[in-house]
This record gives sequence, structure tokens and C-alpha cells, in this order.
Amino acid sequence: MTTTTRPQSTGSAGDGPQAQRSIRGGSLPRYAPPAVLAVSALVASGALFALGSFHLVTAGLITAALYAVVVGAASATVENSRKAKDRLVTAVVYICFGTAMLPLVSLLATVVLEGITRLDGYFLTVSMNGVTPSMDAGGVYHAIVGTVAITGLAALISIPIGLFTAIYLVEYGRGRLAKAITFFVDVMTGIPSIVAGLFVVALWMALFGPGETNGAAGAVALSVLMIPVVVRSSEEMLRLVPQELREASYALGVPKWLTIVKVVLPTAVAGLTTGIMLALARVIGETAPLVLTAGSSAVAINWNLFNGQMMSLPVFIYSQVRMGGAVNMERAWAAALTLIAIVMLLFLAARLISRLFAPKLGR
Amino acid sequence: MTTTDPSATAPPQNRGKRRVGDVVFANTARGSGILILAILAGVAAFLIIQSSDSLAANTANFFTTESWEANTRENPAFGVAALAFGTVLAATIALVIATPVAIGIALFIVYYAPRRIAAVLGYMVDLLAAIPSVVYGLWGIGYLVFELQGFYDGLNTYLGWIPLFAGPVSTTGRTMLSAGIVLAVMILPIITAMSRDVFKQVPQGHQEAALAMGATRWEMIRMAVLPFGRPGVIGGAMLGLGRALGETMAVAMILSPALVISPFLLQSGNQTIAAHIALQYPEATGYGVSALIAAGLVLFAITLVVNMGARFVVARRKEFS
Amino acid sequence: MAKRIDVSGLHVYYGDFLAVEDVSMTIEPRSVTAFIGSSGCGKSTFLRTLNRMHEVTPNARVDGKVMLDDMDIYGADVDPVEVRREVGMVFQKANPFPTMSIYDNVIAGAKLNNKRMGKSAADDLVERSLRGANLWEEVKDRLGKPGAGLSGGQQQRLCIARATAVEPSVLLMDEPCSALDPISTLAIEDLIHKLKEEYTIVIVTHNMQQAARVSDRTAFFNLAGTGKPGRLIEMGETNKIFTKPDEQETENYITGRFG
Repeated sequence: MTTTTRPQSTGSAGDGPQAQRSIRGGSLPRYAPPAVLAVSALVASGALFALGSFHLVTAGLITAALYAVVVGAASATVENSRKAKDRLVTAVVYICFGTAMLPLVSLLATVVLEGITRLDGYFLTVSMNGVTPSMDAGGVYHAIVGTVAITGLAALISIPIGLFTAIYLVEYGRGRLAKAITFFVDVMTGIPSIVAGLFVVALWMALFGPGETNGAAGAVALSVLMIPVVVRSSEEMLRLVPQELREASYALGVPKWLTIVKVVLPTAVAGLTTGIMLALARVIGETAPLVLTAGSSAVAINWNLFNGQMMSLPVFIYSQVRMGGAVNMERAWAAALTLIAIVMLLFLAARLISRLFAPKLGR
Repeated sequence: MTTTDPSATAPPQNRGKRRVGDVVFANTARGSGILILAILAGVAAFLIIQSSDSLAANTANFFTTESWEANTRENPAFGVAALAFGTVLAATIALVIATPVAIGIALFIVYYAPRRIAAVLGYMVDLLAAIPSVVYGLWGIGYLVFELQGFYDGLNTYLGWIPLFAGPVSTTGRTMLSAGIVLAVMILPIITAMSRDVFKQVPQGHQEAALAMGATRWEMIRMAVLPFGRPGVIGGAMLGLGRALGETMAVAMILSPALVISPFLLQSGNQTIAAHIALQYPEATGYGVSALIAAGLVLFAITLVVNMGARFVVARRKEFS
Repeated sequence: MAKRIDVSGLHVYYGDFLAVEDVSMTIEPRSVTAFIGSSGCGKSTFLRTLNRMHEVTPNARVDGKVMLDDMDIYGADVDPVEVRREVGMVFQKANPFPTMSIYDNVIAGAKLNNKRMGKSAADDLVERSLRGANLWEEVKDRLGKPGAGLSGGQQQRLCIARATAVEPSVLLMDEPCSALDPISTLAIEDLIHKLKEEYTIVIVTHNMQQAARVSDRTAFFNLAGTGKPGRLIEMGETNKIFTKPDEQETENYITGRFG
């Protein structure tokens, strides 16, 4: 192990504390940390193989722990306790990041590997109409239709309300009303999605009587979740538009509302679009409110938002898991892959738009 | 509208027209803002109205009863005691796991990662936030619970003397700890993002001052970064807590529920409000739906308090800097 | 305590860009050396290489030798953390830690190496350092209050007290008075006079009168042209630099003519 190099490095550099302070301290050779890491990895995997229970994650965790302990101890003996602490924290911080990457990689890998077996043209283009739960058939077309219709309507409701509210806050808002709106938009971002669903259930009960489920109800529930996200991101983007641009427009005698429409919004359009797409990416995966409002048992294609239950991709995944059979799990994985692909596409498109069309405002 | 006065330079006949445009536009904007307030008030109002008849008919104490006998028209008896406990327990586990890791990640991205790839790494953490919760649930129940089984056995063998980890270990892995771990992953990006933002705002001068007096990188962080960033980290953790309290799908899919108050994390049992609503709603009859709305109201109240607390902490920090 | 600094053939790079070219100089102990020159000529950059603070800036690196008495601060087994304990620094903008009291600010650095400092030892150190920074009388009744509550000049003296509490042998000052009013500036200049009894002091300043007032020796830096690296043009007794410099470039700068 590398700790055996300790005596040499101490001998050459560490003269120990003396009356005269020295800028040289004992220090671990530069190759020590990577060497310790390599040896830790070898020891960890070797031990696990010997025990017959090798697992990549376990090996990684043991390696990291070994590394932190050995480097910390070596540094404490060769260098000093302050440096040892510094190295220990460095190791811990790296481990934290690695730990966060574990679920991400594991989740994406699992979804892709499990989902790819069933994800094909057939799966994407047929519904579950006439398919019994355990039958080796059926697909998600009806769920995709539902997701597109419900999120589309939710966007139609949320974007104007959200955008206008942001305009109010940035361009007009002064005083108590603006403060109240800002505060309650923040509160609204924290509403649990299931509560948004319950709200629509309660509202629909009052309006149409109990048991009425349709796509529009789902869209309203998603809007409750989407509006605050749109307001927040749009507000941020509008505030980035330099005040000078507005003043230049006023100086030309352009009224305020035209200044907003012709100058402010076009300048911020890339950022606004990005924010809206991220908001869409967020609500498109919402499940709980849709289970309550749009129903969880639709099997046929339904384009009508105002009549009858409507399946959506997330609810499809959930209800298949609830059924629990092997075929159901396969369908769930494939639908999850479809959903993740859609979300990632929205995410990437948002980043691309913000990068490509961002106005050059200087820094 | 007062800062610029177009009428000063504009011909009089255009004045009225412009006023109309401005007034309509301004009022639309204002109306949207007010509509948001109305929606939020509506959420509270409808939840209260629709839950009131089940609460009036409830024959048990709503806040101290653990069981849920609400799917009837005759003498419903239900309460949120077990549900509220489960909700807080799941969120607490998530917070305890996620907060230190998130601080580590934020420090890594801002102070440790090679600068060129730091942005990409930060983006990867953000990706965690983009994954739908139902997919987390699927991953949890279809993959993670099996992987965790061995870990749980070990935990029970070596730390079983702590009541939290007492046996017998569930053989399905569908336990409170599994749900908490998945919730932790889900709130990780929220806490990380907030912490990262405040760490980035630590003035260069304070960092250099610490380094110039001979602090190591960790000492610099402890001296200049952490004290400055503390309110932001706390705010982020509270936002994460709010999210974990209200998260439905991951818990509904992973946890094998029971309406009891149980401190044993490695056994099945407990249930959260949100997951209970999602699972019970399709089968609710009688006072069932109304009772679930009452439970939702409790959840709404809890998250409201937590989120407002978080905003308060964050806002106070802004006044400082 | 004070140590001599010997720089030979020092180049500073930002990535591929050469920012400061080939500086060699000797900085005498127990004296004040001033760096003057127009903005962007590399004097602050160079100053930061004397305690390796430039390493905080991404991609910055140096080439050359800096000796602190008989030790090369860029030697293979030298720890930048230890270098900075020997060579302290005071910045342009006063930067007391906002979350710490005046007292805690002063002992922040000293505590790093001596965790178990007794209460009375710490009290002593705080009083000594604050007296050394001519600040004791002004703050002795509010040591528990946050350092950010002081005036700009007091904050800067607090930062000096904080730097000296670590007991370095060299004190680098990067335009310490540029954000201060004339009275506070005077207080700092008095302090510099006093501090040179014990420390090697290097001060970067834009203010030529200040350089003339406080320094024993002056070094003039200039750019060879836009996009070219900064160079050390001339260094000598302050008196001489300000009255009859050897180089025409220096004279142009001193007399306010830019060539």
C-alpha cells in the first residue's frame, strides 16, 4: 500500500515544528491520492470477489470509504491534522457527488434496458382497447393522445395567465398587490400535486356533481401546478431586459403596452420559451392529480377533453404497476422510457433555444 | 404609466386610442395576477367546503384517530394521525439523507470540480429534477427495492439494536426507508440548486481573505462560505421538505402501507397522506371522497407552513446581502 | 520576523496569455516597497504571486523564482497554505467576515493553527493586533459586534489586524486605501509607517503622492503596449524615482505625461 512511502517523504521534507516557522511541511507525494484510490479499489473488489458477492455499487462505496480513511490517516501522520481534514473533506465532497450520480445513472440505465424490450412501433401506435391486463398485446397510443391533449390544454390556460402575471409584476406591479402576488405565487409553487388534484375534484363536485372525470379536469389541475412555474421563469426573463431598451422606446413616443409587446417580449422571447418548455416538462410527468381528475382506467383513444376518462402516460405507468403482472411491468417500463424521452426532448429543446436565440445583452 | 407621459408629445386625437390600449393591457395583466390569488383562495375554499360534510359526520376524532373507515354513509370514523405521522416520517428520512449530500454536491460543483466541467456536472444534477416522479416510483419498486434488500439485512444485523432498524426485515423491501431514500433522491436537486446559488454568491473578497491568512480550502469554506450560505441552505432544505411532504407517486408505488404509527423503518407499514389519497380515491364511496379531501387539507396546511417558512428564511438572507 | 523577498525571472500567465514579463527585484525587510503604474500593467497580478494568491484565479500560473529569505515559495514541497501564513495580504476592498464579530474576525486566522488557544491568550492576541492596527481604542467596547458595522476605514484596519494576528513576516497590500476617504487613508498610512518596524511591506497604489509618502523604495511597472505583457521598468529609492528616475518612461508617468 502507498502508506509505505510515508517514511521517505517525511524524511525529505518534514523537519518537524521548530521555533522558526517553515513554509515547508511534510507533504504526501503527488501520486499518493490516485495510488491510494487504485489500491482501495483493488482491495474492495478483491474482498468482494473473495466473499463471492461482487457488486459494482458496493465495491464503489467500499473503495470510497477506504480511500477517505487511508488518505486521511496518511495525511494526518505525514502532514498535519489541518491538511488531513482538508483531504478528508475533499474525499467526502467527491463521494457526495458520486452518490448523486448513482441513482441518475442507475435509473436511466434501468429504464432504457427494461423499456427497450417492448418499445416499438406497435407499442406506440395501439391503445389498450380490448386488451386484458395480462394479455401480451396493447400499447400507449391512447395515453400519448391523452398526455398531448391534457398538457396542451393546461399550457393553453397557464401560459397566458402566467405570462400576463409576470408582465404585471415586472412592468406594472407596485405596492401591496404585487407583493401579495409574488408571495402567493411562491406559495403556489409549493402546493403538492395531489392537493391540486383534490382541488379540481372539489371544484368539479360543486360544478358538475360527484364522479365527473374528464380530460379538462386534469388540465385544470395541471394548470394550478404550471402557472406559478411560468410566472417565476417569465418574471426572471423579463427582468433581464435592460431598462434602457424600454426608455429608448418611450422616448420615441411609443405607448407602454406597445413597448411591452414590440420591444420587451421579443427581446425576452428565447428565455420565455425556455421557461415555458421547462414548465411543460415538469407537468407532463405529473401523475397524482390526473389519477384523481382524468381517471386511471381509460383504455381507448379519446380525443374529447370534456367527455369521459382520459389516459395519460404517467397514469398509464402507475396503473400498470398497480396491476403488477410481468407483462404489466414490461408495459410500464416501456411507457416510462417513452415519457422520459419526451421530457428529455423538451429539456434539451429548452436548453438549445436558450443557447441559440438568447439576445446578446452583454454581461 | 406615470413614468412616461406620451400625451406630452402625441397629437391629441391619438391620445384616447393609446389610453385604451394601455388600460386594456394593464388591466389584463393585473387581472391575471388577481386570478392567481383567486385560484389559491379557491383551492383553500373548495377543500374546506367539500371536506366539511365528512368532518361533520365523522364519529371519531379527526386528528387523533389512526384508522380510516370513511367509505360509508353510516357513522364514518376516520383520522389523519397515522397518515400525518407517516408523512412527516418519510419527509424527515428524505431530508436527513439528502441535505448533507446536497451540500456536498453544491460544494463540489462550486469549489472542487474542475471549472470546465462544473457546469455540465451541475446540469446532470438538474436532470434528476426533470425525471417524473412516477418513473422514480417505477424504478423504486421495479429495481431499487431488490438492490436494497441486502443492505437492509446488513443494517438490521449490525444496527438492529436501534429501534428504527429493528426486525423482522420486510422481505419485499417495500418499506418506509425505501420510500424515504427515493424521496431523498427526488429532493436532492432542489436543495443542491439553492445551496449552489448561495455558494456562488459568496463574495470573492471573503474567500480570498480566508485564503490569504493561510486557510486550507476546507477552512476557507468553513470560515467564509458556510456561514454566508447557511440561510440559503436552510431555505433549500425546507423547500425540499415541502416537496417531500407532498410527493405522492413514489410513496404510493413503493410503500406497502398500513395505517399504524410505527417507528420501524425496515418493516412494512405507515402511510403518507398524499399516497393514501391516491390509493384510496378510486375506491372511495360514501363519505370517502370528502374525507380524502379533508386529509388533503391537512397536507395543504403542513406544506403551506413549511414553504412559507422556507421563503421567509430565504427572503431574510436577501436583505442581508 | 521580517523577511527579504528575492524575485528572479518571474513571468505570469493567464492560460496562454503572458500578463507579466520577466520581473526580477529584491524587496528589503523592515521597509515599505510601493508598486506604481497605470491600471492593467500587472502590478496587482505580480503582487498576488508573492503569496501564491494568483492560484485562486483559474488558469493563472507563474514561471520563475520567488525566494523568501532562503526558501523558494514555488519549491516542489512547499504548501501554498503555509506560504500565505508567512506572507499575509490586505485587499482593495475591506472584507471582514460578515457573519463574525470584530473579535472573531481578528482571531479567525490565528485559530486555524492553534485550536485550543486559551481565552486569555486569545484576548491578548486580539488586543495586541487591534492596538497594532490603531483600532483598539475605537472598538474595545464593541468587540462582540459584527465587523461589518464599522466604517470603511475601520474595516480596513480590522482586516490589517486580522492579517497581522497570524504573525506573518511580510504584508502585501493591494490598493488598501483606494476605497477610503482622505482621513481614513491618513490613518492607514500612519499605520503602515508603524508596521514597517516589524514587517516587510509591499503596497500597490494608484496614488503617487501616497507612494511618495509611505514608501522607502518604489517600483514602476508599465505595459509595453496594448495586448503586451506588463514589465518592471525601474525600481529604486522612492526619493530617486520621484525626482530623477533613470528611465524616460518613469519620468513621463511621474510627471503625468504618458508616452
